[in-house]
Amino acid sequence: MDLFIEQTVSGLSTGAIYACLALAVVMIYQAIDHFNFAQGEMAMFSTYIAWYLMDDAGLGLPFWVAFVVCIIISFIGGAAIERIVFAPISDAPVLSHIIVFIALFSMFNSLAGFLFDFTPKQFETPFGHTALIDGVISAHRAGMVAVTLVMLGLIFVFFRYTPIGLAMRAAAAAPDSARLVGIRVGFMLALGWGLAAAVGSVAGMLIAPITFLTPDMMLGTLLYGFAGAVVGGLTSPLGAVLGGFLVGILENWMGTFVVGSQLKLTVALVLIIVVLLVKPAGLLGRVVVKRV
Amino acid sequence: MASTDVAGNVPAFLNQNPKDRIIVLGVPLPLLEKVGLYALLAAVVVLPMVYDGYDIYEFGKILMYMLAVLGLNLLTGFNGQFSLGHSAFFAVGAYSTAIMMDQLGMPYWTTIIPAAAVCFVAGFLFGLPALRLDGLFLALATFALAIATPQLLKYDGISHLTGGVQGIVLDTPYPPAWIDSIVMSITGEELSVDRWKYMFTALVAVIMFAGAWNLVHSRTGRALIAIRDNPLSAKTMGINTSIFKSAAFGVSAMYTGVAGSLFAIMDEYLAPESFTFAEAIKFLVGGVVGGIASLFGAIFGGWFVLEIPNIADLAATSLENYINNPQGLTGLIYGLFLIFTVYVMPMGAAGLAQILVHKISTRR
Repeated sequence: MDLFIEQTVSGLSTGAIYACLALAVVMIYQAIDHFNFAQGEMAMFSTYIAWYLMDDAGLGLPFWVAFVVCIIISFIGGAAIERIVFAPISDAPVLSHIIVFIALFSMFNSLAGFLFDFTPKQFETPFGHTALIDGVISAHRAGMVAVTLVMLGLIFVFFRYTPIGLAMRAAAAAPDSARLVGIRVGFMLALGWGLAAAVGSVAGMLIAPITFLTPDMMLGTLLYGFAGAVVGGLTSPLGAVLGGFLVGILENWMGTFVVGSQLKLTVALVLIIVVLLVKPAGLLGRVVVKRV
Repeated sequence: MASTDVAGNVPAFLNQNPKDRIIVLGVPLPLLEKVGLYALLAAVVVLPMVYDGYDIYEFGKILMYMLAVLGLNLLTGFNGQFSLGHSAFFAVGAYSTAIMMDQLGMPYWTTIIPAAAVCFVAGFLFGLPALRLDGLFLALATFALAIATPQLLKYDGISHLTGGVQGIVLDTPYPPAWIDSIVMSITGEELSVDRWKYMFTALVAVIMFAGAWNLVHSRTGRALIAIRDNPLSAKTMGINTSIFKSAAFGVSAMYTGVAGSLFAIMDEYLAPESFTFAEAIKFLVGGVVGGIASLFGAIFGGWFVLEIPNIADLAATSLENYINNPQGLTGLIYGLFLIFTVYVMPMGAAGLAQILVHKISTRR
């Protein structure tokens, strides 16, 4: 039973990371109807920036300063990617979009190794790694969940109670009508990308102390993020967050009690395919009806 | 007026492929294509007489990547289904060959056809659930497949077959004695293993390329293209879209899988790390830059993905004096070319060639 509780709690904490990535994926999916396959690599690159800001060989800033600066840089970077790379091809076919996402994936992965070399790096945490509550959860994992929840709360407030959040939702839901009432849809899209990149960077900075910082650290994590988004429903940000936590717990349960740690990624693969086939709308998503 | 005469013959001008009427510098386009094909074939035959050692090994690798890219082109370019997970089928082919050689002691050349069959079945089976996934979701499912593959290959439950993390070391594919003796009697020197590897790869690649050429230009090929262009009207015209789409997935997996088999035979070694998502990106780069809906494009794509790492290494050595670790530029160059292609020449190099042909051609 102890093992069960321990695995559930640690699943919840990694689930927080998946929830962040799932949320980032869903934000972009809602805005432009595409999956950002480069979301994980963008987060990884942001984390490298944070590492550079903190490292003694870099700027040597304290953690929380670097944390905030990194979020701002990621936000600007994400918005810039939308404006520079995706705005010109907004009318292009699906394949073009997928290709450009894969191109970004490849470029970020390659650039991170080129600029910061491939050796795994230790990433510091402000929470420490001491165990809390009889070794059920480490301080860092608890901090991870706390930071995620605070961030999710802020994002909820932003979308629910601010005029610009409302405008962003309008631009994503009905771009043409939004344009008619005077919302700058292109600007909102860039803002959405910036927010997604910022959320992703938080996920990267929180997971890096556990996985170590390498150019490939986000590959598996992004897959779980996608699984979370699909399980929760691609049209529902709340669903994506729930899905992320669910997938985190499920991953640990399956890994510990059913298939062993070596097939964890296969669990995500099966989960994605089965949910897409059986219930494409996910838990909270709305059913999309297409007129032929 | 009826367009057929009394005997029921269709007048020549109606029976003619519109392509036949395109004249480039005084030569009809189909003739030009044919000449191009035979020139390429001649080049493939002549290469091992000129080159040896690492050079000829590289040419073999180009042909191998050509096959892998061809698989993706058949699926995405001609049937309109996306796959980011072809590295998985590449792995299935490579591991089928390796396990047949390692566990069953089969000679390398007998493993190609069974491996192709295994890959076809694997692709067909994956194609069945793929039927219900629209473009973007299929891309997501195959992306997941590509990422899960290396971990799956390392799984302890099958490591007695796959060799786990260590991978499998294979026997060297020596040329058969009779071929060796023929070459000996003509040239007076022994056939090197590198040259033989190339010749074997080239034989398989040429046969499979011819197969793809015939497939695309057949009734089946037209059905695949019809499904790509408009699934609904293809269905109305009586094409069984489900069967054709799954079969296209199977054939595509078979091409990429055979490339995997050749990879295992050529390198005499394989390990899970050779089948990561990076490999799937390579195929996509080859397909897109060469021209995803073109068979010639696959040849260019195969050359391109092999040549870029060399160029990146060259750039790395020239940067060595200024930067500490100039490795890893390959992915950056791949990415830049992908974006460049999408922006400037959406049909890839083959599309660019087509436009050039139209610019300098006259229509009769």
